[in-house]
Parts: sequence; C-alpha cells; structure tokens
Amino acid sequence: MKTTYREAMRGAIREAMHRDDRVFLMGEDVGHYGGCYAVSKGLLEEFGPERIRDTPLAESGFVGAGIGAALGGMRPIVEIMTVNFSLLAMDQIVNNAATLLHMSGGAFNVPLVIRMATGGGRQVAAQHSRSLDGWYAHIPGLRILTPATLEDARGMLWTALEDPDPVIIFEHVLLYNMEGELAEDAGPVSIDRAEVRRTGSDVSLITFGLGVVKAMQAADALEEEGISAEVLDLRTLRPLDTDAILETVRRTHRAVVVDEGWRSGGISAEISARITEGAFYELDAPVSRVCGVEVPTPYPEHLERAALPQVEDIVHAVRTLISGKGELS
Amino acid sequence: MTFPPSPPLPDESHARALLRSMILIRRFEEKCAELYTRQKIRGFLHLYIGEEAVAAGSLPVLEPRDSVVATYREHGQALARGVPATTIMAEMYGRKEGCARGRGGSMHIFDAETRFYGGNAIVAGGLPLAAGLALAAQMKGEDRVTACYFGDGAMAEGEFHESMNLAALWDLPLLFCCENNLYAMGTALAIAHAETDLALRATSYGMPAWAVDGMDVLAVEDATRRAVQSIRAGGGPHFLEFRTYRFRPHSMFDPELYRSREEVSEWKKRDPIPLLADRMRQAGMLDDDALAALESEVTAEVEEAVTFAEEGSWEPVEELTRFVHSETGGAP
Ligand SMILES: Cc1ncc(C[n+]2csc(CCOP(=O)(O)OP(=O)(O)O)c2C)c(N)n1
Ligand SMILES: [Mg+2]
Repeated sequence: MKTTYREAMRGAIREAMHRDDRVFLMGEDVGHYGGCYAVSKGLLEEFGPERIRDTPLAESGFVGAGIGAALGGMRPIVEIMTVNFSLLAMDQIVNNAATLLHMSGGAFNVPLVIRMATGGGRQVAAQHSRSLDGWYAHIPGLRILTPATLEDARGMLWTALEDPDPVIIFEHVLLYNMEGELAEDAGPVSIDRAEVRRTGSDVSLITFGLGVVKAMQAADALEEEGISAEVLDLRTLRPLDTDAILETVRRTHRAVVVDEGWRSGGISAEISARITEGAFYELDAPVSRVCGVEVPTPYPEHLERAALPQVEDIVHAVRTLISGKGELS
Repeated sequence: MTFPPSPPLPDESHARALLRSMILIRRFEEKCAELYTRQKIRGFLHLYIGEEAVAAGSLPVLEPRDSVVATYREHGQALARGVPATTIMAEMYGRKEGCARGRGGSMHIFDAETRFYGGNAIVAGGLPLAAGLALAAQMKGEDRVTACYFGDGAMAEGEFHESMNLAALWDLPLLFCCENNLYAMGTALAIAHAETDLALRATSYGMPAWAVDGMDVLAVEDATRRAVQSIRAGGGPHFLEFRTYRFRPHSMFDPELYRSREEVSEWKKRDPIPLLADRMRQAGMLDDDALAALESEVTAEVEEAVTFAEEGSWEPVEELTRFVHSETGGAP
C-alpha cells in the first residue's frame, strides 16, 4: 500500500495502543491540535484524552512523569515535539531514565519510549534545527533509534515498547512526507542491527536518518561516474552495530561517514574510531566525514544549505577519497 | 472576568500615537503573511494580529535605558519598542541588513540599539535571561527596568517558576508581561493549567500581580505605567496578565482544529484597533480623513520596509561560521 512516513508512524502508535492497554501517548499538542507534525492526528477521537494525553508545556515534568508511569507499570510513549525542547528534559532523561536501573542494582527498569522530531533544513533557525542524536547516543542506559525508511517508521515502535529499558526514537522532520510502498502486513522490526540499503564495492557511505536518503541519492550520482557506493543505514546509534560497520569497510575498503550533527565529538567521530580500531588494515584511504558545519544553523536558505550536509558534499567527499582530489581524473 | 472601567482617553496626539502603533503592527504583519505566501519569508512565522494593544500599550511606557526580552511572537514588541520596520523586515527576509544579519529570521529579532534582547523561540527560555538582566541592573546600581514578554503556555514551564522565585527573592526590577491569549498552540488554558487564574498564581510568589483587559490599549498602558513606577520606586518585580486573543493561527502551518470559528469571531468584536478608534471618534478626535491619513502613513512605512528588504543583500557563504565566537573583545 502507498503510505507516508508520518502515516506509518501513526499506524505504529495505533497498533501499539490496540495491542497493549498499558500503552498511552503523551506530549504537547498530541491531542486537540492533532500533533505538531500531524503524526497523532485522529488518535484523540479514537482513543480519548486519557490515552492521547495533552500535556502542559513542561518537558522536564512530563518526561519525568513518563519515567514514573513506566516504573509504575505503564508503557508510555512520550512525544517531545522536537529534540530542541528535549534539552529542558535532559536531566530526567539522563539522570533518571538512563540511570535508575543501574543505580537501583537492577531493581527498577524503565520501559519508556520517547519519540522526538529532529534535524534541520526547514529554515527555522538555530533553536529549532538541532541534530543532537549523537549526544543521546553518548549515554549508557539508553537505546537510540533513527528510522529512515517506511518499514522502520512502522516497525521500530513496537519493538521499542517491548524493550524493558528506555528507548529514544529520532524522527527527522524532512522524512515525515516521504512516500512509498509499505507491505500491508508490515510489522515489528529488529532494533539491533544496521542494514545495507544498497550494495557497492568502491566505498561505504555510513549514515542514519535523513542521511540515508541523501546517501542513496549520492550513490545514484556516483554510479553514473562509475563509482559503486554501498549505503549502510545504522538504524540504531546505541548500541552501534560495530560488526556491520566493519563488514562494509572490509568489502569496500573506503568509508565516508555522513552526519548532520557537528563533527567535533559527534557520532561520526565514534564511528570513525571504531573503523580505525577494527578495520584499520582494510582501509585504502583515511576515513572521511561529511558533517554539519560547526555553527548554529542560520535562517537564510543559502547559509542553511551550506551549513548542512548536502548530496553534492557526499559526492565530493567520495571523489576526493577515490582520486585523492576533488574531481575525477 | 469584568475589568475596572477603562481609563479616560488621553489627549489627541497621545491617543493617535497609540492607534498608529497598533495599526502599524497590524499592517506590517498582514504584509508578512502575504510575503510568506510569496515565499519571501520562510520558516516559522507567528503573527500577533489581535494582540496589538499589549505591545502598543506597554512598551512606550518604558525608557530607552530599559531592557526588553520577548518570544518568537515578537514583531509587535519590536515595532513598539522602536526597532525600525526596515531592519525587522530585512531580518525576516534573511538579509544581511536585517537587525540580526538575517541569522535569526522572524523568531529572533535582536536589536542592541533599543536593548531588545531577542525573540527567544524556546518557550520560557527568555525568562531566566530577563531575571539576569534585572540582576545586573540592580548590582550595578542602574535605574533600568527589564520587561519580559511570554505566553500563558510558558507559565507551565519550570523556568517560569524559577525566574519568578529568583525575581521575588532578590527583589529584581523586573516586569513580567504574560500575554494570555487562551491557547498554547492548540492546547487551551484549561487543558494545561490546574489554576487558570494566572495573576492569582503569580501572587503566590509574593509579588504584586493583576489581570488587565489586553484588548484595551488604554488599560494596558495604565497598568504598565503603575507597575513600572512601582518597580522604579524599589517595589520589586511585578506581574501583569494581559488577557488577549490571537485572531490568526498559531503559525502558518496550523489547521486550527482546536477552536471554533464562532469563538474567533466573538473575540474579533473586541478588536483593539476599532475599540480605540471608535472611542476617539466619539470624542471628536478622529474622523474618516484623519484615519485615512494615518493608514497611508503606515502603509508608506510598511512599503519602505519591504523595499529595504527587497534591496538587501545575502551574506556571503564564506561568512557562514562568523559569530560563533566574538571577533572583537565583545561587550565591554
Ligand atoms: C520549550 C518549548 N517547548 C515547545 C515549543 C513549541 N511551541 C512553540 S510556541 C508553543 C506554544 C506557546 O504558547 P504560549 O506560551 O501561550 O505563547 P503563544 O504562542 O500563545 O503566544 C509551543 C508549544 C517550544 N518552542 N519550546
Ligand atoms: Mg498563548
């Protein structure tokens, strides 16, 4: 059937609500407004205000309440409108959700799912365009998911709800309108493994989220130049599927990591380090990175474009890696 | 809620200035909406239409030495503070000539000249900052009031409560201006607040607080004047709840599923602009010709702003990474 990323996500929430009556959705404007990105549109009418619960503007409060409800036997899905506002809930996520299990000696686990929109590219300026997936991936105790396909938008939520520990799902704002075919019986998917989205032999493009879409486009462009690029969709940033990363590098001997987040201290640095640790002697060239420029995202279109990784930046990075210079010889 | 009777009309030139200020905000924003559909303005655009009396009535009470902190819905405050319409419009275009060099856009109007410390797009994000500006004035012995604007929604955030407590505890020269327009995006007041009498809640911090008819520019001005006088006299922080209403959607993407057309048209009967204009007419201060003259003056100002923005330039991409760190020593 034809569907969108947004509808797939909504289908996943609806299914979870039907499957398990401990599941409920709460967050800002999930109900009466219909969801900031219309993901939960229509669910209030279907499930009522107890289970599609509008919260006040109180990110720390309602995320903390989600943690408490999870401890108390519920299976909350907490929606934080965007990652930018999750900074107000950082304390609850890091000091409580990610930590309680360990600090309680295994007595209290937190079966909580947090969903949030992420990323830039819509000219909404610095305070609304953050990519902090890598920050969250830094925290032991969390599982970090970055669905980039319709199958993953439809399938990751249920698997996340079955996880006994906290899971954060990052939904890139530019993916919500992505359209495509999804099998009628699409269902839960693994949240452990990375997936090769396209096989290739000359270079591995290692990425996640919107980066997957851009890397696929870059691979198409590179194919016309006779370069065969493999695209690895990480899907889960914590724990990282290190085996999949090393395997793709062993096949192609070159790697370009693509991350909308900043380079310094970012997830791209971690991926690059793992390649160096595990497949150094397989490399024909140093690992290359295409990342967000280290500046708060500016509003004007031309500056925002320049600040975020673009398809041509990926293509350029690959050419440089293969030929040793920017243009093909 | 019934408010005390509206204050008497001021003299003609003052009343005219208030009316002009509201009309300028209205026409400026109507132009913004048009420019948004023409894709000249991008990203998020939050219009203030319907709420003009709050900015027009309160900001002129402040002195140039005072400071202002606002939200993403801040075109009205910026204009009423005296940030030029030209540089605001250029900012919304993303032009280098904008008041923030185009880096911020509609939600992030900054202007050092008028001590306008921004459009903050994190709900309640500006409140602690305002407390800090007030603290600095207090510590340096400066006679400065800081006015901080925020919505009803912000009152659910921890940062609101933290700032209120700090301000009251330290007796800061800070004016909290709550613009209660009954909704935070699509969430109605009663869905988000256990106690919907916002001024009452503010009093629990031990500061003077009262509700004001936010559609009546004269009531807004009178309340602000009294609060600011008291703050300057050492009365510590004050809280004003301006009861108002936004006539337009929350932003340009909002399908408005959460409120009825009837409710909106009911509120439009209390449109702050005709409310003042009609009183002026009755008092013989305004006739059709005078209003037409005022409108054309405002139209010219808006057109000048658009021309300024149209003729502006784009910051070269080579300058992308500027302003991550200070290039000179920064503020002395
Ligand atoms: C911390 C934070 N959470 C959520 C948002 C998204 N958001 C932007 S405006 C808004 C509603 C705010 O309502 P209110 O404070 O009443 O101001 P109004 O828009 O009505 O002027 C929301 C939820 C945000 N910008 N910041
Ligand atoms: Mg509001």
